[in-house]
Amino acid sequence: MSIASPALSTAAALGVSLSGVSRVFDSKVVLRDVDLTVAPGEIIALIGASGCGKSTLLRQISGLDLPSSGAIAINGERVTGIDLRCSVGFQEPRLLPWRTLEQNALLGLPRGTAKSEGQERVRELLRLVGLADASSLRPRQVSGGMAQRASLARALARRPGVLVLDEPFGALDALTRLQMQDLLLDVHAAEPTTIILVTHDVDEALYLADRVVLLGTDPAAPGSGASIRSITAVPGSRPRDRGDATLAHLRAELLEGLGVHTHHSNH
Amino acid sequence: MPNRTIAEAPAPETGAGAPASLHQYSSTYGYSAAGSEATPPVEAPVGSRRSTRGWLISAGVVLPVLLFAAWWTISALALVPEHRLPSPASVLEAAVELGSNGTLLTHIAISTQRVLIGFAAGSLIGLALGALVGLSKWGSAFLSPTVGAFRAVPSLAWVPLLVLYVGINEDSKVALIAIGALFPVYTTVAGALRHVDAHLVELGRAYGLSRWELLTQVQLPAVVPSIVSGLRLALAQAWLFLVAAELIASSMGLGFLLVDSQNNGRVDRMFLTIILLGILGKTTDALIGLLEKYLLKRWS
Ligand SMILES: Nc1ncnc2c1ncn2[C@@H]1O[C@H](COP(=O)(O)OP(=O)(O)OP(=O)(O)O)[C@@H](O)[C@H]1O
Ligand SMILES: [Mg+2]
Repeated sequence: MSIASPALSTAAALGVSLSGVSRVFDSKVVLRDVDLTVAPGEIIALIGASGCGKSTLLRQISGLDLPSSGAIAINGERVTGIDLRCSVGFQEPRLLPWRTLEQNALLGLPRGTAKSEGQERVRELLRLVGLADASSLRPRQVSGGMAQRASLARALARRPGVLVLDEPFGALDALTRLQMQDLLLDVHAAEPTTIILVTHDVDEALYLADRVVLLGTDPAAPGSGASIRSITAVPGSRPRDRGDATLAHLRAELLEGLGVHTHHSNH
Repeated sequence: MPNRTIAEAPAPETGAGAPASLHQYSSTYGYSAAGSEATPPVEAPVGSRRSTRGWLISAGVVLPVLLFAAWWTISALALVPEHRLPSPASVLEAAVELGSNGTLLTHIAISTQRVLIGFAAGSLIGLALGALVGLSKWGSAFLSPTVGAFRAVPSLAWVPLLVLYVGINEDSKVALIAIGALFPVYTTVAGALRHVDAHLVELGRAYGLSRWELLTQVQLPAVVPSIVSGLRLALAQAWLFLVAAELIASSMGLGFLLVDSQNNGRVDRMFLTIILLGILGKTTDALIGLLEKYLLKRWS
């Protein structure tokens, strides 16, 4: 696969550190004391029950929202507002309805990209996400899955130091989902970037991530806000075997952590 | 459907069995590869729908034809005296008479010009004020009470002041029309800008758009439909205020023709003027309608 477009300078992957991050809305504690250090180039999967604060945490990292207390730093530099070293893939596609998919993806390019270069990059990305033939369509003319892939292409266009993706494959059918996972890994291998992604799919988390972070509320203290319940390092290197039996117990553990009873036995 | 469950749910067994079941999944749903489904949704056959539309459009002609027939019949049977209800023929005669020496065209031209200039000026000011109030909290806090108070004054109440300050001339008429056109645009634009999808605005900010780029690339395009409907209202207001201005003080224009005919007891000319105002208003409205159609296609 070639996603190299030499003229666009390749940004380096950047480390992210969260220390004591809390977020309170009105008097509702959503996040409490989240501490996490992400190495440059690492892939982190964030899982947790619906409504536990995963999207909120991503918004803190990208600077779209600021923590009530605690601090976030990218590459050692504190995040104080929208941080363009970060590229965001939202939970919804958020495409501008009056633009074609290609024009939408062009929005993701960094400032000062030469026009022809940017177009080449976007065309290549749209081809990679399987939208080459749909690039001149408007969002309302395409399916939800196609829109989500277009928004992925837009997030990738920037070669960000940090890529935060909120359920990037949630609206995709199973086959396309697997293809997009592989695409993301290909891009990651070709262009160094740190990826923090939210998913509801434990298998996806285990296939993509170096570490899986489980976010949740302490059952002993309900209403106290979500924090990190566990961090699971996934053994082996990518690309992983989707059928890897050695991951079965991790899967069971994580599902257990999400509150799913798996009937898994350890002997 | 078992394939689907296996493929989608994070069930423990997904691992080894996945490729086979996914293959079935893909054939069940007709997906061979990502992107292959990228054909635009095809419109249903429209033959019958189109002919219905033709009928619907012609339905709009029925009532005018009936009205004209009623008018013609009443005046032909002399049910109403001629000095109250002129015959269609005498109205046509009045048109030919006024048209042949060019006065009618002058009246139409000057009125249209006043409407267009006043409408353009009023809409631009309305757009600018609406943008300020709709986009900025401070702009809104600072301006909206005052603009609201001015809007609450019935616009015709400005006439004596306009006459006093600007005098009886083109400027005062255009100013009055502009006042009439301003508020509909201001109200719709300010309201629409306040309610632009917050997700899209946030998206723009997340991708580093400056305030100006956010305005021109996200917020304004998002409110294009509201702007156009505001413009449509404003244009109707502009014709309304044109006639008001010309009725009050002028020596040219359709409003003047109306008063002049009244003073001379020329009901035929009054009818003619009213019909012309209807036609002109409807035509300019239809032009905006075309613009609206084009813009809606382009921007939504
Ligand atoms: N702007 C806000 N104002 C008030 N409450 C908020 C706001 N944003 C999020 N919340 C609350 O924070 C909690 C976490 O929301 P968040 O969207 O982060 O959940 P999530 O983990 O991403 O859920 P899901 O998996 O369903 O997407 C929710 O209870 C939500 O009501
Ligand atoms: Mg979420």
